[in-house]
Amino acid sequence: MAATPLQTQTVDLAARFPSAVSVDARNGYTGWLVEKDKLLEIARSIKEELGYDLLTSVTGVDYLPEEKMEVVYHAYKTTGGPGLIFKVQVPRQDPIEIPSVTPLWPGVDFQEREIWDLLGIKFTGHPDLRRILLWEGFAGHPLRKDWKEGFYEEDAKPFKSRWPEGNYVSSEEKNPYKDNLSFPKNFDPEKWIPEGEAALYGALARYTETDEQGIKSDRIVVNMGPQHPSTHGVFRAVVTVEGETILSLKPVVGYLHRNHEKIGERNTFLLNMPYTDRLDYFNSMSNNFGYALAVEKLMNIPVAERADYIRIIMAELSRVQNHLVLVGMLLNDLGAMYTPALYIFEERELILDIFEAVSGSRMMCNYFRFGGVARDIPEDVLQKIKDLVFKRLPAKTDEMDRFLSENEVLVSRLKGIPVIDGPSAVQYSITGPVLRAAGIPYDIRRADPYGIYDRFEFDVAMRTHGDLMDNYLIRLDEIRQSIRILEQAVSKIPSGPINSQKPQYQVRVPAGEAYGRIEAPKGELGYYVISNGKPNPWRYHVRAPSFINITGLEKMCVGKKIADFIAILGVLDIVLGELDR
Amino acid sequence: MYGKGIIKGLSVTLKRFWYTYWDDFVWFIRSFTTGKRRYYSEEGIKYRSSSSTRGIFTIQYPEEKLILPEEFRYVPFLVYDEKDDGTKDVRCTSCGICAKVCPPQCIWIVRTNDPQTGKPVPVPAEFYIDMDICMNCGFCSEYCPFDAIKMDHEFDIASLHRNVYNMEKLLKPASYYSNIRPKNFQLEEEARRAKEVIKAAKAGAASSPS
Amino acid sequence: MTNENLNSPGYEIPAEMSNLVAITTLDRLYNWGRRSSVWPLMFGLACCAIEMIVAQTARYDLARFGMEVMRPTPRQSDLMIVSGTVTKKMIPAIVRLYNQMPEPKYVVAMGACASGGGPFKEGYNVVAGVDKFLPVDIYIPGCPPTPQALIAGLIKLQQKIDKESIRTVRWYRKGPDSVNIPIPILGPDLIDPRRNAELRQISSGIETDKV
Repeated sequence: MAATPLQTQTVDLAARFPSAVSVDARNGYTGWLVEKDKLLEIARSIKEELGYDLLTSVTGVDYLPEEKMEVVYHAYKTTGGPGLIFKVQVPRQDPIEIPSVTPLWPGVDFQEREIWDLLGIKFTGHPDLRRILLWEGFAGHPLRKDWKEGFYEEDAKPFKSRWPEGNYVSSEEKNPYKDNLSFPKNFDPEKWIPEGEAALYGALARYTETDEQGIKSDRIVVNMGPQHPSTHGVFRAVVTVEGETILSLKPVVGYLHRNHEKIGERNTFLLNMPYTDRLDYFNSMSNNFGYALAVEKLMNIPVAERADYIRIIMAELSRVQNHLVLVGMLLNDLGAMYTPALYIFEERELILDIFEAVSGSRMMCNYFRFGGVARDIPEDVLQKIKDLVFKRLPAKTDEMDRFLSENEVLVSRLKGIPVIDGPSAVQYSITGPVLRAAGIPYDIRRADPYGIYDRFEFDVAMRTHGDLMDNYLIRLDEIRQSIRILEQAVSKIPSGPINSQKPQYQVRVPAGEAYGRIEAPKGELGYYVISNGKPNPWRYHVRAPSFINITGLEKMCVGKKIADFIAILGVLDIVLGELDR
Repeated sequence: MYGKGIIKGLSVTLKRFWYTYWDDFVWFIRSFTTGKRRYYSEEGIKYRSSSSTRGIFTIQYPEEKLILPEEFRYVPFLVYDEKDDGTKDVRCTSCGICAKVCPPQCIWIVRTNDPQTGKPVPVPAEFYIDMDICMNCGFCSEYCPFDAIKMDHEFDIASLHRNVYNMEKLLKPASYYSNIRPKNFQLEEEARRAKEVIKAAKAGAASSPS
Repeated sequence: MTNENLNSPGYEIPAEMSNLVAITTLDRLYNWGRRSSVWPLMFGLACCAIEMIVAQTARYDLARFGMEVMRPTPRQSDLMIVSGTVTKKMIPAIVRLYNQMPEPKYVVAMGACASGGGPFKEGYNVVAGVDKFLPVDIYIPGCPPTPQALIAGLIKLQQKIDKESIRTVRWYRKGPDSVNIPIPILGPDLIDPRRNAELRQISSGIETDKV
C-alpha cells in the first residue's frame, strides 16, 4: 500500500473561516480545529457548500494532561475521495457543552448520546440526550481517564502483578467489595431509588386520544427484547403500537456493552488485535483488517505483497459468509424456519474450516499483524479456497437464488416495503449494503480504496428501490462480486514473505492520530486511534456500522407493521458485539 | 403462474433430499470395491468436510470427530521434554513474555530464585492460567521464544467448577505436542538444531587459537 | 443411554430370559427420559451464541441429543445456556428468565465470559461470571467453545442428570417450587439485594473518588 495518508487535506477551511478555524498543528495530527460557537455554522458550510454529506464518525477524546475535551468529526463525500476532519476543543470542566449537529446530520444522534454517556460531554440542542450504553443513575462517565472501575489494576498492560512474582490472586480478592463493583462513599443500597426507565418511556411519543364520547384511549407500549428470538442478540426495542402499526419506536442498546474501548486503551497496540475479533463476531477477519490499517497508518509501514492478497481473500470470504448468514437468518425471522438457515450454514462451515486452518480458530481468527498476517496459507488450504471459489460458492449462490428469490410468499413479504430512501440514508450516516440498496453506490473499496482493492475488477452492487426485496437481493449481488474478487485474488497471489516486519510483541507506534476504515460487510468499519508514543493507545474508538445504522431505525419503522420491523431489523444486519462494543 | 417460484424453490429441497439417500446408496455400493465407508471412517469425514460434499453433512460427534487442522487452538499448555531418566525437563524459562503479551492478562508466573545467590533460575516455580479469562488468542505460543507454551487441541474440558490451571495441569509432554502439531514441531526442532550447530561452531572458533 | 445401561438394575436375569425381560429402576428410566429431552432456552448473549446456533445446524446436529427444540420462552425450557458475556445491564433480565423457568432447570456457562468474566472481566459493565447469581451446573472453557466442545459439555450435563435420583432432587421436596433469586438492581453500580448490608458496610469504610 502506498504510504500516503488517506486524509489528505483538500479543502482549506482556515481560509474560508479565518477567525474560527485553525489547522490542527499537533505532531501527527491532521484536520481543523473549529471554535465551539461557530461549529454549527461551519458544519453547515461543510455539508452544504463543500459537499461533505456523509458524517461517518463522531467521537470524543479526553485529554486529561492538557485539561481539555475534544470532539472529532469525520466527514466524507458519498461521491468518494478523502475525508475532512474537524474538531472542537473545550476546557475539561463540568458542565462540558458543545452544540449538537443533529439538525444537520441526524445520524449523529446515537453517537452523541454515546459520548455523553461515556465521556460526559453535553450536546446542547440534542433532542433526546439520555445515556445509551449504560443506564440512568450510573456513577460517572467511564471513558474519562480519571474514572476507575472495580477491577481496576493499572493504567496500562502488562500488569506488574503477573510476573515475576505472579502468585495467582483473582481480581475479586483485590477489590474491597469482593466483586467488580465500586460505590460512592456511604452508599446505602436499600435507600437507592432506581431511576428506572421513566426517561426511556418519556422519550416515546405519547398518544392519548379522546373520542367523541369523552373516552380516553391510550396506545400500547410493547417491549421487544432483550431476550427475543428475532432481535439477533440482546437488542431491545420499545415500540408504541396501534393494532399492528408502529407509532413510535426507541431502540435500547447496551446489553452487551463490554467496555471494548476502555479495555482497548489499557491494552498495548498488539493486544487489541484479538479483542477486535469480538466486535462483529461473524467477521473477525474484517475487524482485524480495519484495525491493522489504522495502526499501520500510524506506524507508516508497508504491508508485504503476499499478505495483502491474503488479507483480501480473507476479508472477502468473510463477506460471503456474512451475507449468506444474513439471508438465512432473514428467512428465519420471516417465518421460513430453519431450512434456508440450515442450507447456508453448510457453506459457512466450509468457509470457517478455511479460517480455522489458516488462523487456528473458527470465529476469533486473530490473524492479522501489523505489516502482514500471522501465518502463511498452506498450499492445500489454498487449493481448498480455489475449489470453493471457482466451483462450490457460485453454484450455491445460484441455488440460494433459485431456492428463494422468486418464492411468492417471500416476494409478498419483502417487495414494496421501503426500508429507507437514499437521501435519508445519507443523512442518517447509514453505510454498507443498506445504503447501496437505496441507490447510493458508496463502497469504500471503490470510493477510498484501501489495501490493494484498486487492483481488482469488480462492480459496486447497487439497487434502486431501497425496499426490503432490494436489501435482500443486494446481498446476493455482493456475494457474486466478492466471488469475482476472490477468483482474481487466488489466481494472482504471489509468493513471498507474509510480513514486512519482524515478528515482535512490542511495536513502536509514533505519536499521532489515524482513522482506518474499511468496507466491512455491514458498512463502514472505522478505527480511530490516538497514540502518544506510549505502548498503549491514548484513545481507541470503533466506528461500528451496526451501531450507526440503527440510528435511523425509528424513521424506517414508523407507520409499518410489527412484522415488517422484524424484517427491517433482519436486513439491517446488526451484530450486538459491535453495536454495544 | 402464481406458485411457480415456490415450486422452483421446492425443487432445490427435493434435489437435496434425493442426494441424501442417493449418496448413501452410492457409497454403500462402492464400499464393496473400495472398502471406504461413508460413516464412522476417516475418508467419510474428509469427504463430508470437503468442498464437493453433498447429501448428509452431519459429523456425528462424539462417535465421529472433525479432523482438526494443525493450527487449531483451544487452551494453552506447557511443553516438557522427557529425559531418559524419566524426569521432566520443563522448557519454560519463566522469561515472562507470554504473561506480557497475554491480552486479558490471564497468565501468572512465579520465577524461581536461587536460594544462595538470589539470582533468577530459568525455571518457573509456579505457572497459573485462569481458563475463565483466557481468550484462546494464541499470542503466548506465537511469541514464546523457547517453544515452551503451545495451544492445545483438546476441547473436551468442560467441568463442574471454575478452571484455574496450575503447573501440574498445564504440563504435557513434547511427544504429545509433536503428535498434535507434527509440522510445526518438525520446523521448530530443525531451527533449534541449526541454532545449536551455529553455537557449537562459534564455541569451536572461540576455543581454537588461530 | 445404551440398552445395556438401562437394563442393569443389579438383578440377575436368567440367561434364557435375557432378551425377553427388562428390569430397570424408576430412577434410570426417569433420568433417561429427561436427559434425552433437554430443551434449551433460545437465548443468546454474544459470540458464543453463534456457536450455539451452529451446534444446532446440520454439521453438529444437536437433535441427536434431543436438544433441538429451542424454546424462546423460559416457561417451556429446561436448560439455560448462558452463551456469552454477562453484563451488568443484562443480568436483571437473565435472573428474571431463570426465575421464570420451571423446575427441573439447569444452567450451562458456555465460554470463558459466562464462566468467569472472560477477557472482558476487567470491564466496568461486566459481571465476572454468571455463577455470581445463578447456580451453574457445567462450565465450558473456551473463547468461544467450538460446537463440538459445547456438545461435549452437554454430554457432561447428561451424565450429571443420570446421577440424580427422584428421592433427592429439590423439585420433589417440600418447600417452594423453584429457586427464586432476587433480581439485581441497577444503581450507581450493580446492586445484589442479597448483599445489601455487606455493601453498605464496606462502602462506609472505604475512600473513593466517586461522587
